[in-house]
Amino acid sequence: MSQTANSVPKPSVGTGSIGAMTARSGASLNEARIAIRNLDFYYGTNKALKGIDLDLPARQVTGMIGPSGCGKSTLLRVLNRMYSLYPGQRAEGEVMMDGQNLIAPDIDMNELRSRIGMVFQKPTPFPMSVYDNIAFGVKLHEQLSKSAMEERVEWSLTRAALWGEVKDRLSGSAMGLSGGQQQRLCIARTIAVRPEVILLDEPTSALDPISTLKVEELIDELKRDFTIAIVTHNMQQAARCADQVAFFYLGEMIEVAPAAQLFTSPKQKRTQEYITGRFG
Amino acid sequence: MSETQHIVKSFDQELQRLRSLMTAMGGMVENQVALATDAILHQDAGAATRAVELDMQVDEQEREAEQLVIRMLALRQPMANDLRQIVGAMKITAAMERIGDYAKNIARRSIVLGQYRLPFSLTGVANMSRLVQENLKLVIDAIGENDADKAGQVWKADLAIDEIYNSIFRELITYMMEDARNITPCTHLLFIAKNLERIGDHATNIAEHVFYAVTGEPLTDERPKGDGSAYAVIRLPDDVEDR
Repeated sequence: MSQTANSVPKPSVGTGSIGAMTARSGASLNEARIAIRNLDFYYGTNKALKGIDLDLPARQVTGMIGPSGCGKSTLLRVLNRMYSLYPGQRAEGEVMMDGQNLIAPDIDMNELRSRIGMVFQKPTPFPMSVYDNIAFGVKLHEQLSKSAMEERVEWSLTRAALWGEVKDRLSGSAMGLSGGQQQRLCIARTIAVRPEVILLDEPTSALDPISTLKVEELIDELKRDFTIAIVTHNMQQAARCADQVAFFYLGEMIEVAPAAQLFTSPKQKRTQEYITGRFG
Repeated sequence: MSETQHIVKSFDQELQRLRSLMTAMGGMVENQVALATDAILHQDAGAATRAVELDMQVDEQEREAEQLVIRMLALRQPMANDLRQIVGAMKITAAMERIGDYAKNIARRSIVLGQYRLPFSLTGVANMSRLVQENLKLVIDAIGENDADKAGQVWKADLAIDEIYNSIFRELITYMMEDARNITPCTHLLFIAKNLERIGDHATNIAEHVFYAVTGEPLTDERPKGDGSAYAVIRLPDDVEDR
C-alpha cells in the first residue's frame, strides 16, 4: 500500500452516516471489499472450513456467529494469513481483494497484515508505554518524523475513543490501563497503520458492559473508513453492530443476511434454532 | 418452522403461557360476540348484560398479556420466530380487546333495539354475525395451532363479510326511506353491522400477525376488500332521471 502522505485525515466526529443507517435497517449492502469464494481450510487432515462463499461489504460490519468450533475464528485467521505461521494448516480457494488472492503463496504477509489488521479476544498491549504501543507498528511500515508520529498517535487514539483518557499518560505503561482501555488501545494500534480491513475476534468478551458499549460505539464510528469483520458469541452484539451477519455451523456457512433480516426472519432452520436458543 | 424446545425450559413455559392467554382471550371475545348476537336476534337482555360484563375480564387479560410480553422482551431478548411471536402477541391481544369493545357496543345497542318493533327480519345481521364468528373461531384456532394456512383462510374470507355488510347497509337505508319511524332502530342496526364489520377486520389483522409470526413473511398481497359503503349512494328517483 502506498503511504506517501504523512498527513492523516482528521477524525470526523458525529454519528453514523445515512448509508450506514439504511444498512442497519436491513436495506442495502455495499460492494464487496473482500470476496471469499469456495474457501476450504484444513488443520492437518481436519477440514475446518467447507466451501465458504462470503462477501465482506466495504465500510460495513460483517458479524460472524455460531457455536464454538464452527469455524468463524478460523475464517478470520485465514483473512490475514495468521495460519501461515503454523505448519500443517492450509487454505484452498479464493479470498479476493483488489484482484489479488490473499491466500496465494506469493503474497507479502507483512504488507497484507498492515492492510488487514486484527484485534483479539483478550487485550494484548505490548509491555511498553501507551505511545510506543501505537508507534511500534507504524515504524515497521513507515518512516515518520517525530511530529508526524505524534500526530499519528493522537489520530489513532482519538479514532479509538481513548485519547481523552490517556493523553496525559502517554509515557506511562500500557499495562496500567483498564481492560476496556487496553482493548481500545489495541484497536488504536491496529488502525495506526491505516489498514483497510479490521478483524475483531470477540473483542469485548473480556470487557465489562460499559467498556463493551464503548467498543461497539467505536465500531460504528470506524466503519465509515474501514471494512470490519467481527466474530462474537454475543448475538445481541452482532445485532447491534453488524450490517450483515453470517451464521456458521460445523465449518459451513449456513446463512448470511442483513442483520435485521437474519435476526427477525432467518431462512434456515438451523440459524433460527441457534439464535433462539433451541440448538442441540 | 420448528417447534424444537428451548435450551432454557422456562422460556418455553412463558411462550406457552402467552399462547394460552391469547387463546383464552380469543375464547372470551368469541363468547362476547355470540352473546351480543343472541341479544339482538332474540332480544335477550341477560345475554347483553353478560357480554358487557365479560369485557372487564377481556381487558384484564390484555393487561396480563402485555405485562408478560414486556417482561419477556426485557428478560429473554427474543430473536427470530420467538421475537415475532411475542411482538405479535401484543398486537393480537390489542386487536382482541378492540373486538371485545365492539361486542360490548353491540350488546348495549341491542337493549335499545329491544324497545322497537321491527317490521323487517334480521336475517342479514344474523348471517353477517355467523360469518364473523366463523372467522373469529378460525383465527383463534390459527393462534392456538400456529397455523399460517388457517390465518391465510381468514384473511381471504373477509371479503364475504364486507359484501354482506354492503347489502345490509343498502337494505337499512331503504327501510329508513320507506318509513321515518324506522330511522332510530335502523341507525342502531347500521352501527351494529358496522361493528360486526370492524370485528371482521380485526380478525383479519390478527390473521396477518399470526401469518407473519409463523412464517416470517408479511401477508403483503392486496387483500380482497368489499366494503364499498363509503361510496354507496341510494339515489332518489329525481337523481336517476337527471343522469
